[in-house]
Amino acid sequence: MNRKNHFNRREFLKKGSALIAAGSLPLSLVEVAFGKTQAESFTFAYISDSHITHIKGNNFVRNWDRGLTRAIAEANLLTPRPDFIFYGGDIAQLGTPEEIDHGLDLLGALRGDVHHVMGEHDYYLDLGEHWRKRIGPDHYSFDHKGVHFVVLNSILTHDDWIHKKWDSPMHRMKAMARLDNPDGSPFLVGDPQREWLRKDLEKVSKNTPLVVVSHSPLQKIYKGWNFWTDDAEQIQAMLKPFDKVTVLYGHVHQIQYNQIDNISFHAVMATAWPWPYPSTYTRQASYLPKLTVEINRADPFFERDGTGWQFINMHTGDIDVHYALPDNRNRSVIFDKKKGHPVDSGHQAESARIPPMKHF
Amino acid sequence: MKALNSRVILVATLLLPAQHLLADEFTEADLKRWKQQYMKVVDEGSKLFHGGLGNKNTVSCDQCHPNAANTHPETYPKFQQQLGKVAVFSEMINWCIENPLESSPLTLDDPRMTAMQAYITEERRNVPLAPGKH
Repeated sequence: MNRKNHFNRREFLKKGSALIAAGSLPLSLVEVAFGKTQAESFTFAYISDSHITHIKGNNFVRNWDRGLTRAIAEANLLTPRPDFIFYGGDIAQLGTPEEIDHGLDLLGALRGDVHHVMGEHDYYLDLGEHWRKRIGPDHYSFDHKGVHFVVLNSILTHDDWIHKKWDSPMHRMKAMARLDNPDGSPFLVGDPQREWLRKDLEKVSKNTPLVVVSHSPLQKIYKGWNFWTDDAEQIQAMLKPFDKVTVLYGHVHQIQYNQIDNISFHAVMATAWPWPYPSTYTRQASYLPKLTVEINRADPFFERDGTGWQFINMHTGDIDVHYALPDNRNRSVIFDKKKGHPVDSGHQAESARIPPMKHF
Repeated sequence: MKALNSRVILVATLLLPAQHLLADEFTEADLKRWKQQYMKVVDEGSKLFHGGLGNKNTVSCDQCHPNAANTHPETYPKFQQQLGKVAVFSEMINWCIENPLESSPLTLDDPRMTAMQAYITEERRNVPLAPGKH
């Protein structure tokens, strides 16, 4: 049943069985494809949500270090080489310089250029100061082989929450780090950045494929865990005039995909740990896109189960996301031109889903 | 000594006002107090679950289980295939404490274990019992 996925991965990891073994890592590969335009097809990798956690001195939580190290080792085996790598945010758990620096040290082993995205775990200790010092701006755009890429910092929030009376900056950081905090605050791109985006998009022709990358979903799934960006609809409205838009995001630690009008949405896996789907919290309503075929419930006895990374094929403006999932079957979510939305290449049909997907 | 204690209790019981002797009588105030006692333990459990266990590596239960989701306490006891035996829910809590949290297991009657079970089960309120389910 899963032959198609294996085939895709084998296509990509051409160089033999060692690479196929390595292909059971947490990463996402993304392929961007172009149709009528002259743009070339290319690939990039996507690693996200490592949550590097500092304990004391030179001790860091082993489990999370291992997840990132493994994704890097696997991504380094991709051949042909991806054009670049996205790191999707939350490199740190509590935003300390120790965590950000250690994460970047590990990422230093990665072959290729990395584009970074700001996550809330990188931000709410010092409001992103150390991250920006080490990495650079938290929102920017660039063009690559005919595609316009935009990176947004989507994890900002209301000023009155950021500047309310906290015991310390770490108190604020921990309040935002707690996913299920009833006293948290919803994510925002915010007015200044939306104005920057409006100006940035003015220069881009409407038939240029657009890829927008953020940490939180630019769609509303479940507010209780901030699977949510408060001004998502306003961003979507700005993207609507373009022929083909893809939004990629981290934060949710699980496979999600959706199609809203001209916009395809894909979430990527974490290298650290998986999150349950919001529907498993039965006391609140949530809105997982109906299209999404969920990933299997993770087996905690396999440390890396439910984590992963992605390689992405881009062709004719459409994106195929290949999920490398250690201790689980790899998955591919590809854009189905006939249907006009992303589909799971092996499991989209009800009859093609494997029993563990229905547990709980 | 034992006999003496019994006698003291018997005398004390006989001295209580009559309405306290009936097992089926309780008031709204009683219900409120019982609920408060329970919620106090649920709240303690929530604190432990959200980083209050004091484990050295600082990893907390809620990092993988926001609102205690994906713990499915209603399915225990069940055959926990990874342990190769039928396990109760607190044994799985201890598995997490020993592995991702890299700490020492609690005794099964430790008040902290009771509190965490109270919190987790409260978050799962109204889900039907399904012991043995996979």
